[in-house]
Amino acid sequence: MAASVRCFLRSGKMMVRDALNQAMDEELERDERVFLLGEEVAQYDGAYKVSRGLWKKYGDKRIIDTPITEMGFTGIAVGAAMAGLRPICEFMTFNFSMQAIDQVINSAAKTCYMSAGRQSVPIVFRGPNGASAGVAAQHSQCFAAWYAHCPGLKVVSPWSAEDAKGLLKSAIRDDNPVVFLENELMYGVPFEMSEESQSKDFTIPIGKAKVERQGTHVTVVTHSRYVSHCLDAAAVLAKEGIECEVINLRTIRPLDVETIEASVMKTSHLVTVEGGWPQFGVGAEICAMVMEGPAFNFLDAPATRVTGVDIPMPYAKILEDNSLPQIKDIIASIKKTLNV
Amino acid sequence: MSGLSQVLHYSLSLKPLTVYQNKKLKISPFFSPRQGAAAVVSARTYADFTTQATFEIKKCDIHKLDEAPATQVVMTRDEGLKYYRVMQTIRRMELKADQLYKQKIIRGFCHLYDGQEACAVGIEAGINLTDHLITAYRAHGYTYTRGGTVKEIMAELTGRRGGIAKGKGGSMHMYTKNFYGGNGIVGAQVPLGAGVALACQYQGNNELSVSLYGDGAANQGQIFETYNMAALWKLPAIFICENNRYGMGTSVERSAASTDYYKRGDYIPGLRVDGMDVLCVREATKFAADHCRSGKGPMLMELQTYRYHGHSMSDPGVSYRTREEIQEVRGKSDPISLLKDRMLSNNMASVEELKEIDVSVRKEIEDAAQFATTDPEPPLEELCNHIFYNDADLEVRGTNPWTTLKSVS
Repeated sequence: MAASVRCFLRSGKMMVRDALNQAMDEELERDERVFLLGEEVAQYDGAYKVSRGLWKKYGDKRIIDTPITEMGFTGIAVGAAMAGLRPICEFMTFNFSMQAIDQVINSAAKTCYMSAGRQSVPIVFRGPNGASAGVAAQHSQCFAAWYAHCPGLKVVSPWSAEDAKGLLKSAIRDDNPVVFLENELMYGVPFEMSEESQSKDFTIPIGKAKVERQGTHVTVVTHSRYVSHCLDAAAVLAKEGIECEVINLRTIRPLDVETIEASVMKTSHLVTVEGGWPQFGVGAEICAMVMEGPAFNFLDAPATRVTGVDIPMPYAKILEDNSLPQIKDIIASIKKTLNV
Repeated sequence: MSGLSQVLHYSLSLKPLTVYQNKKLKISPFFSPRQGAAAVVSARTYADFTTQATFEIKKCDIHKLDEAPATQVVMTRDEGLKYYRVMQTIRRMELKADQLYKQKIIRGFCHLYDGQEACAVGIEAGINLTDHLITAYRAHGYTYTRGGTVKEIMAELTGRRGGIAKGKGGSMHMYTKNFYGGNGIVGAQVPLGAGVALACQYQGNNELSVSLYGDGAANQGQIFETYNMAALWKLPAIFICENNRYGMGTSVERSAASTDYYKRGDYIPGLRVDGMDVLCVREATKFAADHCRSGKGPMLMELQTYRYHGHSMSDPGVSYRTREEIQEVRGKSDPISLLKDRMLSNNMASVEELKEIDVSVRKEIEDAAQFATTDPEPPLEELCNHIFYNDADLEVRGTNPWTTLKSVS
């Protein structure tokens, strides 16, 4: 309780990490089957302080520190979900989920189908995904495309604090495995929170994108941290008379292709922006889906993908900065797509 | 109740002397107790079958324990008949599956359990149906002991809509209440089983979780990760290694630096058990279950057992082991024969009675096979169902952009 009151900054805004904290706190309180496990989630208050105060409030039974054994504790979390609990399994970063990916895919995602609906797996896998700052190649990969490839999973990627709160609550209440991709660089970013989001029953539906900015010239589809970049790029372009419609995906799987199509049918131009690598990625899928649907005939130009550079993440700042989409890259890509 | 006849002693090849007397048994002069069995507790010359007897069983090897399971155990006639029937059902079900596979009516993977029946039956005899169990892919026997019917198991193998998973899962993915499969990825079921144990502990329901794995899986890293957490958190988990001497085609000597699988849990107490003797397995399981339920944490059991078939139906099973070895185990240690001998030589059942059970089991299997070969395949409309649980209907892309399929949860 004390934790969530502390969450609001003097400006009335809330940081993403506190929104996540509040979501977990509310769901832990609401349903005694919910529990959190992962490395350093309890006594350390979370490696990135996302679970701050929860162990103090709920104790050892519900907030569990695990040894550094991802495959083991992820399997344990999935088994607990099969037996009727509702675990939140934290990966310190999603890079470490690779050690446990068999449990996520083969034990969690596929089980409901293999058992013909007999065995459900109500679990949330959450943690920071994608690039951070200066953490180099093994700690910077984006897993959106990998997890979103697999039927049986829902894959969610919030941007704002409100996204984080509403989507995490939905994920925890969902009876199916949800991969919840946070972003470390967003944890400390404050956002306005709507009146509605203060409610303990506030949820955002999984599978619906949000139009963050209305526009008429180009549809810019993005997720997570790059929503900020795209909005900044849109502000710059607006001065030149180019109005971008920025769509925050919120959910990667299932992809809200209807919202994208409706927008493309209005703007006739499509640009996707993501931090992940280009090949076989989120942008690639959006382009393929749009091409297969009614919006294709409205395109005045081929769709453009703005992505991370197709290399392992380097360390030096100048190299790292140039490995990811910058605002100037987004602006240039939009202009090229519009042929201006 | 079947007609009674004189008891035969199997190891002596005597011609049967059949004496029918109204519900009375005349003990054959050729009767003598089987080596290793104690004398019948309640011997009544002109009585019905013995209702229970005490048996001497092999002592378990122990690891980090002060005492071992009992070596003098009681089995009632009813228990014996039940164990016999269940083991025989599993045996015949697996042999029928072999037949159907060779006829190409069962396809894909099929890992048969014949030879190992005492493990599944003994374990179930030591726990309750309200406890939980998970195993790997050699799972048909467990699906049965955990409540599945032969009919729905066989129909799942043949991929029909009447299958226990509606034809969606196949041999390795069968589920019933408190039975979490059937798992195809070697070793993955062990952390899952510990997670089920965590749920038992969390919910305070005094239930426990049995996680099975083979000698091949025993070297998996995730199993050691699981041992660590189970011991640390004192989870009510029994880890059971079914050591049938071969991981696919690799013998234990060629895959493990230490083949003392019951010691591999290190700080977790362990038992090495004769997995061909249903009573040994039962006693060890009860011992382990008591340990877990008293809050002492996990326990490890190694069951020394044997599979007659190869690893799967695509393995003849003789390139890495000799036919002589297989024959020797069949001749000396078959779990069903061991039980049968015990019961016959202790007046607990008659040859005819057991034969009747055999006939009844055979019929059950035949009927199930008939169902499994005639039941239709699942309807195509249900192709995309059950991706999610308790979820809104959703649309699923078919093989091309113009095909949209429906998924109902």
